[in-house]
Amino acid sequence: MPLLSLMILLPVLAALVIFILPGGDAQRARVIALGTTLVEFGLGLLLWRDYATDAPGFQFVEKLDLFAPYLSWHLGIDGIALMLIMLSVFLMPLCILASWTSIQKRVPEYMAAFLLMETLMIGTFAARDLFLFYLFFEGGLIPMFLIIGIWGGGRRIYASYKFFLYTLLGSVLMLLAMIYMAGVAQTTDIGELSRFDFAPDVQIWLFLAFFASFAVKMPMWPVHTWLPDAHVEAPTAGSVILAGVLLKLGGYGFVRFSLPMFPDASAHLIWLVFGLSMVAVVYTSLVALVQSDMKKLIAYSSVAHMAFVTAGLFALNTQGIEGSLMMMLSHGLVSAALFLCVGVVYDRLHTREIARYGGLANNMPRYALLFMFFTMASVGLPATSGFIAEFLVLIGLYQTSTWATLVMTTGIILGAAYMLWLYRRVVFGTAAGDDTRAMHDLSTREVVILAPIAAAVLWMGIYPASFQAPMKPAIAAIMTRLDGRELATLPTWLSFSSRAAVVADPATPEAAR
Amino acid sequence: MNPTFDSIRIAGPEAVLTAGALVTLMIGTFTGDRGLRALTYVAVLILAIAGFSLMQAPAGVTQYAFGDFYVADSFSSFLKVLIIGAAAASMLLALPYLGDARTGRFEYPVLLMLATLGMCMMVSANDLLSLYIGLELQSLAAYVLAAFHRGESRSSEAGLKYFVLGALASGILLYGVSLVYGFAGTTSFVGISNVVAAAPARSLGILFGLVFIISGLAFKISAVPFHMWTPDVYEGAPTPVAAFFSAAPKAAAMGLLVRVLVVGFGAMALDWQQIVIFLSIASMLLGAVGAIGQSNIKRLLAYSSIANVGFALVGLSAATPKGIEGLLFYLAVYLAMTLGSFLVLLQLRRADGGPVELMTDLSGLSKVRPGLAAAMAIFMFSLAGIPPLLGFWPKFAVFTAAVDAGLWPLAIIGVIASVIGAYYYLRLVKIMYFDEAGVAVISDGGRTNGALIAAAALFCSPIGMLAITPIVSAAGRAAAVVFQVAG
Repeated sequence: MPLLSLMILLPVLAALVIFILPGGDAQRARVIALGTTLVEFGLGLLLWRDYATDAPGFQFVEKLDLFAPYLSWHLGIDGIALMLIMLSVFLMPLCILASWTSIQKRVPEYMAAFLLMETLMIGTFAARDLFLFYLFFEGGLIPMFLIIGIWGGGRRIYASYKFFLYTLLGSVLMLLAMIYMAGVAQTTDIGELSRFDFAPDVQIWLFLAFFASFAVKMPMWPVHTWLPDAHVEAPTAGSVILAGVLLKLGGYGFVRFSLPMFPDASAHLIWLVFGLSMVAVVYTSLVALVQSDMKKLIAYSSVAHMAFVTAGLFALNTQGIEGSLMMMLSHGLVSAALFLCVGVVYDRLHTREIARYGGLANNMPRYALLFMFFTMASVGLPATSGFIAEFLVLIGLYQTSTWATLVMTTGIILGAAYMLWLYRRVVFGTAAGDDTRAMHDLSTREVVILAPIAAAVLWMGIYPASFQAPMKPAIAAIMTRLDGRELATLPTWLSFSSRAAVVADPATPEAAR
Repeated sequence: MNPTFDSIRIAGPEAVLTAGALVTLMIGTFTGDRGLRALTYVAVLILAIAGFSLMQAPAGVTQYAFGDFYVADSFSSFLKVLIIGAAAASMLLALPYLGDARTGRFEYPVLLMLATLGMCMMVSANDLLSLYIGLELQSLAAYVLAAFHRGESRSSEAGLKYFVLGALASGILLYGVSLVYGFAGTTSFVGISNVVAAAPARSLGILFGLVFIISGLAFKISAVPFHMWTPDVYEGAPTPVAAFFSAAPKAAAMGLLVRVLVVGFGAMALDWQQIVIFLSIASMLLGAVGAIGQSNIKRLLAYSSIANVGFALVGLSAATPKGIEGLLFYLAVYLAMTLGSFLVLLQLRRADGGPVELMTDLSGLSKVRPGLAAAMAIFMFSLAGIPPLLGFWPKFAVFTAAVDAGLWPLAIIGVIASVIGAYYYLRLVKIMYFDEAGVAVISDGGRTNGALIAAAALFCSPIGMLAITPIVSAAGRAAAVVFQVAG
């Protein structure tokens, strides 16, 4: 059974059904969307079950020469793609549930837009053809533009433009680089391109072009400014998808393209990535501290967490990459849950001002408990997914640059500061007003949304191996591409140790020489 | 067989169109304006016959007629399919508009057919003289069409402006033709290419003539800096006429430009490439920036057509078969996108009876007419070149050609211009989807137009990607033919 094609096409068909059926009944649209996303999740579980964990290379490969000569319908997944697809299909039904009552305006269009998002996200992770990837990668702009612009808050139009044009500008440069690569390598197959050796000086330019796109999607400092705007103005479920899955596209791009296709450039430009990541962690954490808007605070914390991802990836060793991928999964769950938590109180009080809340522990005990759990996961408390991820990233990073590790570690402390302070101001203390005191606790629907995420976060924190195992062969394949590449001679303040300046991975046996 | 008879057989579509135009003109003089609807259907039928007559030519064979003035090959066939299709659509889409007594004159289909004849002649021209005949036939019909709304001063102004500037451009073109004839001693494309190839030290006279010819043709495709007439004429001309201008004549003039440059002056590619690159960059940038301040949709679409011409010229700049293939593919998709956008406009009418022209007229359209709004959004995102819509792929094709030819500055400026351009396409989507309903809009088109919109939207949607393979392979054959002759 062509499982991947089915997963990609099913949501589009459902969206068409919602859109074309006459009447535009809101309730029917909700039910169809929820049903479809649940079926998708079921298909995702089938995918995971049938995935051969230890096998290297791509599985579930499908190839149809539909769109020759430009691209082909070429799908397949490795462990990294599998995990990210699982994240997408897991979050999607929760998004639909989260918008069940809060979205009252133009419901059929809203549900159709989310189903299209699902198609495009799964397609991005499953694409094996360079331009098929680009198609899904860029296609996500259209539904997201509409979601922010139609259902967003006050400055939604500004935010939607900013989101669209920023990410488009980053991506068109990548497109030119892709066109060049396809011309030189005479193939659009991502697997073959990952084995193709581009000339090192060309790699630098290609790397920078891809960097322009992924850095914006990631988002990295200083091109992160679209993210707080987009988040604040997007509806809750839009924020969840944005933080949960769309931000992972940048990191996925680095793993899938930059590291294996331009290994020399990656090794050579780690100073660039480290530099930006270090600034991002400290700067955005400090900015997060002074936010008065809950969503903005979490948005800035996302930027800081994404800086961990980039730093870990460009540590160029197994622990770093593995930690970064875990960080992507963990952040996908935790930040999604945090945005949902904000959505819960926003639905009641219709404000995101931190100062308007307080003392929620009294009248919303269940909420206070779950919110605390996700706050701790975001801070990286042991036994939650955040700890595993941060720990691995820092171990990996330490072997490449001690100073960078030092700076990144301050990010953890600052992260604890702004998250705990947020929690204290919202949940403890005294209520800001009578309306705050009158808020009722989580409804069953809200518990049903948050509890599965909490379970997944715990699972990932206690037994991460079930998530790491499928990714290991893929990471090993990337490491064989990186092994022995000449690292940039870092300025002394970046490289603490005087080890040989080549990528040498202690986790692989031959590097133990 | 009689050589004249043979030539007429080879020039089948033109023969059908000539006879058809004359017959409909004659019928029209008897029926008067009452027969407009019937005449339109007859004209569409004649266009269809002309289209089918393309198929009787043996595939992949190049035939010459009228003493090598005329050539029928895959290249001309490809473009003729586009031209005839776009012309037929332009006739049909005008019907609801022409139902209005002030503009409902039977000359409309006749003039359109004559213009189509001229355009078919243009893409089959194999000589500077037949080029000029085709161009003028098309232009004269177009001048009249621009002023078709006789009672309105804006329309007359558009016609006059178009005529004066068009005549100037024709003069420049003719001057270039005479220079080339003077220095090369021939007006035939093949003859010119022999002269140019034989003389490595190029004659300055031929180069001058080439520059004048390109300038004259750049006016017809409205490439910057010869674009000034476009927004005014689009705004003033009746909307169906503006739709026609934005589609078929662009394809014809572009085909003409390709054939002159590649076949006639192929050996001077290095000389004309820099001119085309300049035209391309200037058109892309000005088309993108100029549209930002517009509030009239027709002016916006005029700037959009300028920008699109710039993108199509990227393919010509590469001067490779791949580039021409991309250009032809670009034209095919562009026609569907631009005709579709105009169709949506024509389908709507303000509650006070006036035509929908301002962008704000469309505000909140997605609530009133979700289907039309969705179609328009597809056209806009497609024009902006956002995957997975079909409009992305022709851009992809021409930029691939440019990158393969090593034209990095052109490619980088081009993609940046496409991002700038995305802004104003998004603005229309924003007005339709994000804004509250403003002026009430009623729908006013016929069922035919609705079907045309649906077809165009389907073509521009991701489903249209299935058409990539057939169109590109046909475009590839067409492009190869031009280079065979040149080589």
